[in-house]
Amino acid sequence: MAVRVETATSAATERVRSALTGRRADVGGVVFQIVLLLTLVFALAVLMVLLIDVARTAIPYLQERGAEVFTSGYSSLPANSGIKYGLVGSLYIGAFVLLLALPLGVFAAIYMEEYAKDTRLTRFINTNIRNLAGVPAIVYGILGLAIFVELLGPITGPGSTAGKSLLAGGLTIALMVLPIVVITTQEALRAVPSSIREAGFGVGATRWEVVRSHVLPYATPGILTGSVLSTARALGETAPLIMVGAVTGFLATEGGILESLQQRFTSLPTLVFAFVKKPVEEFQQLAAATILVLIVFIFLVNLTAILLRNRYERKW
Amino acid sequence: MRGLFFSAAFLAIVISVAIVVSLAGGAIDFLSKADLGTLWSRGWFPRRNLFDVKTIFVGTLLVSAIAILVAAPIGLGAALYLSEYASRRSRRFLKPILETLASVPSVVMAFFALRFISPEVVQRFFGTDVPIFNMASAGLAVGLLVTPLVASVAEDAMHAVPGSLREASVGLGARRRTTSLRVVMPAAVSGITAALILGLSRAIGETMIVAIVGGGTGGSLFSIDPLKGGQTMTAAITSLATGSDQVRGAGPAYPSLFFVGLLLFLLTLILNLGAERFVRRVRRQY
Repeated sequence: MAVRVETATSAATERVRSALTGRRADVGGVVFQIVLLLTLVFALAVLMVLLIDVARTAIPYLQERGAEVFTSGYSSLPANSGIKYGLVGSLYIGAFVLLLALPLGVFAAIYMEEYAKDTRLTRFINTNIRNLAGVPAIVYGILGLAIFVELLGPITGPGSTAGKSLLAGGLTIALMVLPIVVITTQEALRAVPSSIREAGFGVGATRWEVVRSHVLPYATPGILTGSVLSTARALGETAPLIMVGAVTGFLATEGGILESLQQRFTSLPTLVFAFVKKPVEEFQQLAAATILVLIVFIFLVNLTAILLRNRYERKW
Repeated sequence: MRGLFFSAAFLAIVISVAIVVSLAGGAIDFLSKADLGTLWSRGWFPRRNLFDVKTIFVGTLLVSAIAILVAAPIGLGAALYLSEYASRRSRRFLKPILETLASVPSVVMAFFALRFISPEVVQRFFGTDVPIFNMASAGLAVGLLVTPLVASVAEDAMHAVPGSLREASVGLGARRRTTSLRVVMPAAVSGITAALILGLSRAIGETMIVAIVGGGTGGSLFSIDPLKGGQTMTAAITSLATGSDQVRGAGPAYPSLFFVGLLLFLLTLILNLGAERFVRRVRRQY
């Protein structure tokens, strides 16, 4: 019985539909949908083609040379060149972002969202943050060159380093991602409902107690996602590092962590730039291998962010 | 705690001031040293004291125009599909991939442009007498680089259009295509415009692709032909700071990078402020 009713209904639906559309299928609509799908497929296919193109060159090269690529420094002979100092430099850059840009950005966002009243100064700071996020990376490179290399050179990199040190590079990148951290943290804080805060104030908690024990725990996943994505951005950035003098050639590192902060440096993307410029096929292969390492690095960081978001996503 | 948080927020103003001061300082130094007649000459050759601003400005326009011609249709099409046609499950799966695509570093895209776009696309269509280092390849690569950004921001805007508007449209008998184009797109116009302006501003500031693929090492004559090598503002800055063009000393060449940086900063600032103002004006509250 139920089946018969259903067939009757769907037959009726069909009749109504064909009467309305004049028995014509919506060809234009289907074509439109296919064209839209193709644009999306194209955007994703670019990533695939890029990855395949890089991997096809990089994997045989890495198999041939093995771990040696990761343990040797730069050399004018491609067969002796490696990415060791690039890896070290990129890890340092990541550390600058996590230890400097992340706390400062979170502090600034807490002030803007939880403490600041709607004054002219607050609005001016907000406009500033938004504009800083849109400033091209290379302009931060010029800022780093003027302030950390030329003005503070004797502190950031004394002697023959002439200020073009890891410290200058790390500070420049940290300043560059700071506005992004602030904006994503502000969004995460804004997503915490005000009833949570009111409940805290209702039992007599101070503003700092409410922020520390109620707002921050709920906002943590959002903050983490934002900072992880900023770290990914920082790892791939090249232009500002080149401006503050990241080395594209030989590099001699001596001493411990603090000494190397004041010495010249390089990073994975800077090495890619150095290798790509050389018209020798072996250097192009080495560039592909460096890119593969860099991409794996960045995609892992991104994956962490996506997993964090899916794990802790919460609807109020 | 309040004081600590306030100082962190105040840092934003300090950074802005530091950017303006360091750019303006170098730019004034440049203008006092350079012969101002060379700002309008035959080309951009800093080492020969020729600082034709229109060469690098037109180069930047050329590359970003090609980029936005690539990024706008692909980015908006992908956004419309994700927001209006894709099922909830495939959207949940595809959106993160699109966002991952947005994190591809620009040096990587530059390598791809050099190895794939230039020989396999540009030279195939325009003949092999086109040099491997050309502005068209750089523009296409910059376009592919900013496409995910445009798609992601535009998709957020389309997704935020309330479902009741779509239901009203469908209830009046509109097809899905009509609903997408006549209801969702107009309702999301502020976000879509913001996405395009952000993409353009990002394309103008993009450096590594043009520095590697643009073919403007050492300088460039004034040219509006995208199939030749050329120089953009960003590429001019990097080549002044590195490599063969590295110039120091008393001449105007080195401070000219601050001058170009100031122009670039003002250009993107105007675009970003314009985008923000435009969005605020046309934003509708639902």
